[in-house]
Amino acid sequence: MNYLAALFFVVGIFFAVTGHIGLLRAPDFFTRLQASSTCSTTSVLSILVASMIISGLSPFTGRVAAITLFFAISSPVSTHIIARYAWEEGIVPWRRLK
Amino acid sequence: MMIEWMIAFLLGSCLVGLVRIVIGPSAADRLTALNLVGSQVIALLVLIAQRAGSTQYLDVAMVYAVFGFLGLLAFTRYLSGRRKSD
Repeated sequence: MNYLAALFFVVGIFFAVTGHIGLLRAPDFFTRLQASSTCSTTSVLSILVASMIISGLSPFTGRVAAITLFFAISSPVSTHIIARYAWEEGIVPWRRLK
Repeated sequence: MMIEWMIAFLLGSCLVGLVRIVIGPSAADRLTALNLVGSQVIALLVLIAQRAGSTQYLDVAMVYAVFGFLGLLAFTRYLSGRRKSD
């Protein structure tokens, strides 16, 4: 049980580091948005799942499950809202120069 | 022990996310970094609740999730409306 939670924590650390590297190093707004949002959603969901595994079957787990459900719905929606705002703003996607 | 290390890691990664909020060239970059930092603060609050053994921080995390989403919606509405009125 404890090793499974540690595995989920390691997955969360890996995706968080990847998302931050993408957020700091990517050349354009849309690439930064893609890297940071997908990686942060995956890392936060795996950290919440690890927290549920640690606490076992208790009222704590139910509340964390409610937060997880809301976050799994709201995070991709907010990413879509930012992307639509940037697209209507007229930000041109980055292309590699030949 | 594991939870303390994870809390320290999340605090450091929130600091790294704040760098993009400071140096972001456009408003959309700052919104992206704000979304990232907000989602990591939710995970941080859940881990603090786990460490303290009480469920009070979980209510804070739930309210933070809801109001972070609504705040993002309000920010994009405000920025779009400012563009149309010009």
